[in-house]
Amino acid sequence: MKDTAAKLGLLPEEYDRIVETLGREPNFTEISIFSVMWSEHCSYKNSITWLKKLPKDGSRILAKAGEENAGLVDIGDGLACAFKIESHNHPSAIEPYQGAATGVGGIHRDIFTMGARPIAALNSLRFGDINLAKTKWLVRGVSKGIGDYGNSFGVPTIAGEVYFDESYNINPLVNAMSVGIVEKGKTISATSYGAGNPVFIVGSATGKDGIHGATFASGDLHEDSASSLPSVQVGDPFQEKLLLEATLEAMQSDAIIGMQDMGAAGITCSTSEMSAKGKAGMVIWLDKVPTRQPDMKPFEILLSESQERMLVVIKKGREAEVEKVFEKWDLHCTQIGEVIDGDILKYYMHGELVAEVPADILVLGGGAPIYQREVKEPEYFNEIKKYNIDNIPQPKDLVAVAKSLAAEVNIASKKWIYEQYDSMVQTNTATTNRPSDAGVIRLKGTNKGLAVKVDCNPYYVFANPRIGTAIAVSEAARNIVCSGGVPVAITNNLNFGNPYNPEVYYMFTEAIMGMGEACNKFDTPVTGGNVSFYNQSADGGPVMPTPTIGMLGVIDDMTTHTQLGFQNDGDEIYLIGKPENDISSSQYLLKYHNTKYSPTPFFNLDEEFKNQEAIKGIIKEKLILSAHDVSDGGLFICLLEAGMVNNFGFDISSDNTIRKDAFLFGECQSRIVVSVDKDRVGALENYLTSHGVSFSKLGKVSTQNISIDGENFGSIPEYKDIYENALGVMMEG
Amino acid sequence: MKCGVIIFPGSNCDHDTVHMLQTVYGLQTVELWHKDADLQGCDMIFVPGGFSYGDYLRCGAVARFSPIMEAVIKFANQGGFVMGICNGFQVLCEAHLLPGVLMRNANQKFICKNIYLRTETSDSAITAAIERGKVLKIPIAHAEGLYYADDNIIADLNKNHQILFRYSDANGNVNDATNPNGSLSNIAGICNATRNVFGMMPHPERAGEGILGNTDGKLIFDSIMQFASEKVA
Repeated sequence: MKDTAAKLGLLPEEYDRIVETLGREPNFTEISIFSVMWSEHCSYKNSITWLKKLPKDGSRILAKAGEENAGLVDIGDGLACAFKIESHNHPSAIEPYQGAATGVGGIHRDIFTMGARPIAALNSLRFGDINLAKTKWLVRGVSKGIGDYGNSFGVPTIAGEVYFDESYNINPLVNAMSVGIVEKGKTISATSYGAGNPVFIVGSATGKDGIHGATFASGDLHEDSASSLPSVQVGDPFQEKLLLEATLEAMQSDAIIGMQDMGAAGITCSTSEMSAKGKAGMVIWLDKVPTRQPDMKPFEILLSESQERMLVVIKKGREAEVEKVFEKWDLHCTQIGEVIDGDILKYYMHGELVAEVPADILVLGGGAPIYQREVKEPEYFNEIKKYNIDNIPQPKDLVAVAKSLAAEVNIASKKWIYEQYDSMVQTNTATTNRPSDAGVIRLKGTNKGLAVKVDCNPYYVFANPRIGTAIAVSEAARNIVCSGGVPVAITNNLNFGNPYNPEVYYMFTEAIMGMGEACNKFDTPVTGGNVSFYNQSADGGPVMPTPTIGMLGVIDDMTTHTQLGFQNDGDEIYLIGKPENDISSSQYLLKYHNTKYSPTPFFNLDEEFKNQEAIKGIIKEKLILSAHDVSDGGLFICLLEAGMVNNFGFDISSDNTIRKDAFLFGECQSRIVVSVDKDRVGALENYLTSHGVSFSKLGKVSTQNISIDGENFGSIPEYKDIYENALGVMMEG
Repeated sequence: MKCGVIIFPGSNCDHDTVHMLQTVYGLQTVELWHKDADLQGCDMIFVPGGFSYGDYLRCGAVARFSPIMEAVIKFANQGGFVMGICNGFQVLCEAHLLPGVLMRNANQKFICKNIYLRTETSDSAITAAIERGKVLKIPIAHAEGLYYADDNIIADLNKNHQILFRYSDANGNVNDATNPNGSLSNIAGICNATRNVFGMMPHPERAGEGILGNTDGKLIFDSIMQFASEKVA
């Protein structure tokens, strides 16, 4: 049995621990249960010690990290927002279409299982070298998978980010985020209690797909991974849509005790987590579970990750009310067990007890193992220490650099991907016609909106995981602030390599520290998320460390929603924040100069915070007409993006105290480009001066031409053609 | 005017359409469930966008056989006013209330973006308040929006002024470059010969509120309001 346990991914000491806890040898079904529940994916055994260091308290927090399926935040007007991000990296590496589709389905289910209606989706994607045929196959499959699932399900995808780098050649990252709204106090908990209360399974029938998916996600990808194909689930967005409507309708009565969706580890996970939370036991009759094929074995039914299913505990005597709703939506709703006293889970098959395990020892925070891993500063840091900007030559033709950056895959428009997503269904998306740095949706029936964004520049994290992650949090906050919102809370998706590699674990721990520092500064507690280790190939080393931040912001008054695009010819352009003689880890340095090792761009958290507070203030006072933060590609790309929205050019002067390439293409942080009506210039300058904020006047919005220090850099239509079509050309040749 | 919005399992623009009619226009609006066969005395029926019954078969192919659609077909054949948007347009074609079919987009991909429509006639309930030739900016969001019909049907549509909208650019130019999905003759919306059944792929309900930054879609709903008031008067 110990060998079987090892094959399913359990360590020898973990097996001994099972024997000790049960007081006997486990049988095969029980080993299967432990193997998934104690997998990295379900137990967070290698990360939880560090995750607990993150700030999780705040005045708006209604459900803290780990308490429910997703974080829950008070957004005022009697409303609460449930939001979370989750990865589906390994399934997408093997079967990009279904992998990405079920990733979207899974995260939406986490939201509506709490009683919240999903109203926005976001995603953060990482792919390998765009020139590889395999990368194009992955991009096609993932974008179509996300689109087909979300479009049919009927939730708009309103923001996202994509990076291409060879470190993701074999192991792409697919992180999907869902945001839902529920009336405060009307949520449903993932709990189970009250002996005699019936336990129901609702939604799709259970098949053999995704068995041991959680274990699969907890190991390195290797050549045989394609033969693990049955570990990848198949999605059915139509079933999910029915499940959504039925679930929200069923919740209108108070007949439901608790509910949890079935994601990783299926029935095993939902029965154990709900029981552990409600401090109750449960009897499950596996032969009652509706199955897609005959003769499924107990472990297969227990571990199946068939999609679009929920476990529901109902008050005894009120089953008919709930059954009626699911019947209306033509969904299975079948009793498969009942709650019992004690803390034991008993699984029966045709009257025979096939597994008996205490719920608490299976789950995170209960008896699941917890580890600290060894850390070691990565070797390549020595290369970074050798970097000196003075060794980087300044190109003579900066216009050529500007045009090459506009076509750079990490900078150019991602519309080839996102036009495949329905971004407007539900008719709340304000950023379709008024684009801003974050995705913005209005909340019907209120004056409010939400501003949401996902961010992580992995090159910065690679350069310094602590500072790079603090920048990721800051950039997400900056995007929300530039859109007119106030950052409220975050969810995170920590994508790293194998945690048993001390260099990887070092990056993980440093990223956590940086995230904590920045979240404390912005008062944005971490409401949960997902850890995805083992993102690497057996031969290619780990992916770049990618701690993706999904941030929620609130816009209290939608009339302050601020756009990123210039509005009028002749408006003045200001830069808030200070330019530095810095091109570190910029796309310009990485791609134009092919220099991989350099520090993070200049960053000071206090300065960042001060500048963001200033943006909040000048937006509230309605002093500016647009705001766009300086990020990938530097100031030039920022101005270009602001110009392209409404086809305006710009005429600016550079700062002769720093290198011109650094001024135009450097990515030093905490800078925001704003445009202002010339009548408001005085008020703006007074505000910024009185608040001690660094700023400079750059120039003016013009008709279609771009002029820098009097030099003609080309026209907006010319750049627009390059910027908007670059990815399409790369994808379709 | 009392409006009915059909709800199939898998409809996902049903709430948006109700919001437009009920909240933005203050019209009495009821949701009509696919398993029912009662149109509850509605004056106009809206078949909304979405993925009826999952649309795993040809879009709209299953929906046309639902009990509510039997009632809608009967209603339309008696002269009742019916409008299909996106999936609703597909359903109305499948139900043979409108001629032609909607096929996969020429690029084989789902496309969601703002496009421009040139209004081809004011002679219909949904274009009554729009000048002929006026260009509207309205989003599309579909994978199967390529309008196709045989030459005879296209000739009839032209002859009878049944083509309501064509895909154009912002200046009203209609050509291949302004055709997002490969539709024949850039057709984006049509009506039947008796001018009581309408279908369009673009989503006017997504362009009807200032807070969303685009109110061009309101002209279509304004047309319906104007037409209804004239009819009553």
